[in-house]
Amino acid sequence: MYPNNYRYTKEHEWINVEGDTATVGITDHAQDQLGDVVFVELPKVGVALQAMQSFGTVESVKAVSDIYAPVSGEVTAVNEALADTPEQINEDPHGKGWLIRVKLADKKQVESLMTAEQYQEYVAAEKES
Amino acid sequence: MLAALGMASVDELFSHLPPDVRLNRPLDIPAGLSEYEIIDYFRGLGDQAANGYASFLGAGVYRHYRPVVIDALATRGEFLTSYTPYQAEISQGVLTTIFEFQTMIAQLTGMELANASMYDGSTAVPEAAMMAIRITGRDKLLVARSLHPEYREVLDTYRRHQDIPTDTIGFDRRSGQIDLADLEAKLNSDVAAVIVQSPNFFGVVDSTRQAAELAHRHGALLVVVFTEAVSLGLLEPTYEADIVAGELQSFAHPPSYGGPFVGVLATKQKYIRQIPGRLVGETVDTEGNRAFCLTLATREQHIRRAKATSNICTNQALIALMATIYMCVFGKQGLRELAEQNLAKAHYLAAQIEKQGAKLAFQGPYFNEFVVAPNGTSAAVVNERALADKIIGGLDLGRFYPELKGHMLVCATEMNRRDEMDRFARAFAP
Repeated sequence: MYPNNYRYTKEHEWINVEGDTATVGITDHAQDQLGDVVFVELPKVGVALQAMQSFGTVESVKAVSDIYAPVSGEVTAVNEALADTPEQINEDPHGKGWLIRVKLADKKQVESLMTAEQYQEYVAAEKES
Repeated sequence: MLAALGMASVDELFSHLPPDVRLNRPLDIPAGLSEYEIIDYFRGLGDQAANGYASFLGAGVYRHYRPVVIDALATRGEFLTSYTPYQAEISQGVLTTIFEFQTMIAQLTGMELANASMYDGSTAVPEAAMMAIRITGRDKLLVARSLHPEYREVLDTYRRHQDIPTDTIGFDRRSGQIDLADLEAKLNSDVAAVIVQSPNFFGVVDSTRQAAELAHRHGALLVVVFTEAVSLGLLEPTYEADIVAGELQSFAHPPSYGGPFVGVLATKQKYIRQIPGRLVGETVDTEGNRAFCLTLATREQHIRRAKATSNICTNQALIALMATIYMCVFGKQGLRELAEQNLAKAHYLAAQIEKQGAKLAFQGPYFNEFVVAPNGTSAAVVNERALADKIIGGLDLGRFYPELKGHMLVCATEMNRRDEMDRFARAFAP
């Protein structure tokens, strides 16, 4: 379910690092909690993000949630397909439902994020509390 | 009640209060009156205040005839709560009227959608400004000085606590319209919105189309404001506007000492997620029947808390209902005829006043209000003479515009009879 090569945040975003760039999305747990996603608000390409900065929103039939940058970096691409098919976030959160790509400012920031195993423990603990 | 509390007297009820804070004599007010006496008393006060007076005062609040059907329908039990209905299952009637309201406002303003109403026109303007700031990602506002001065004050209240830089656009002293050269000089890539009223505070139909073109050339949005809803019956809407913010008092309510009013915001479909306030949408119920419900509420305060689009989490449903009934009663043709009457009467009045030697201050086209400079007399004297003849005169613009001291803003609506206009014009005699 949660790819081992991804890292995860406490705000339920995932990040997949490939070289100097990384892809960011929301986790399967996040989409499950939100319910049917109907709209996504994403930043413009070229915007510089700081780690933990809110860079957009995901709107479901139940709520509008902020999404946070797991790491600092410049936005190099946004998933334009989500404008017409936001349901991809529900259907394939860790793949086709990606949100943005960023050029990493500091690769070391990724190391402080949770691994797949740690994230699953975190979600389990959150469910219990 | 005292018996239930186990007390013998009212004094005992308050016995726990220290003697020095207690009033040891009867209140200095008249004795009680019967219901009949009270109604008689207030009718008398009403007669002293304004009943039987003709009025030529507009400036953001207008006297229009209210068909009796408005109150007959709006006070029906089915509409008893003025609160916006969350429960679609039991509120189809109210939701339908709000949907009709939104549709008619969108049609009248030339926009693609309107919200379920705002508190009033003055608070709709800062909401439109903040909306433009969210959409453009910029933060500067350019505000026409010919926007209602009290609307500018309300905008300033919102603006100053959020450090939103604002500059004003002057008006052309000849036409009374915005100074387009001034606007062009002040536009740059920091400007989120240009805010222009039309008809503006001087009653002049403003150059909103040119303003839109200039604003868009610099990536800014154009917010068009109206205070006189009846003008929508005649003037072509500014389709080029991005947001329209306005006041619907003319459609809904008599002046009544300044309220309650009802504002509205309208915009383009692409900005639907940035419009604050309530929205009613059309949908189908479980049996496939056409139905209505609140929609896009996920951006509102009760769900999104501090991150909500706005602090407005309701609408002005009862007064908006009155405006809805008004628009339905008049209809497309009726609204146009009403607007034509307003236009004709204001122009007749202006001609009569000019015969007394007074001069119109601006040459721009005007709807039912205009600015006039008395000649050989003063605004104060004109208004005094009028008042002695049971006529409420115009507004001395010196209060808001030092450079227009001695100029009067005068309004005529369908409510003003010819003899009233002739009498008021004579008050301008040198």
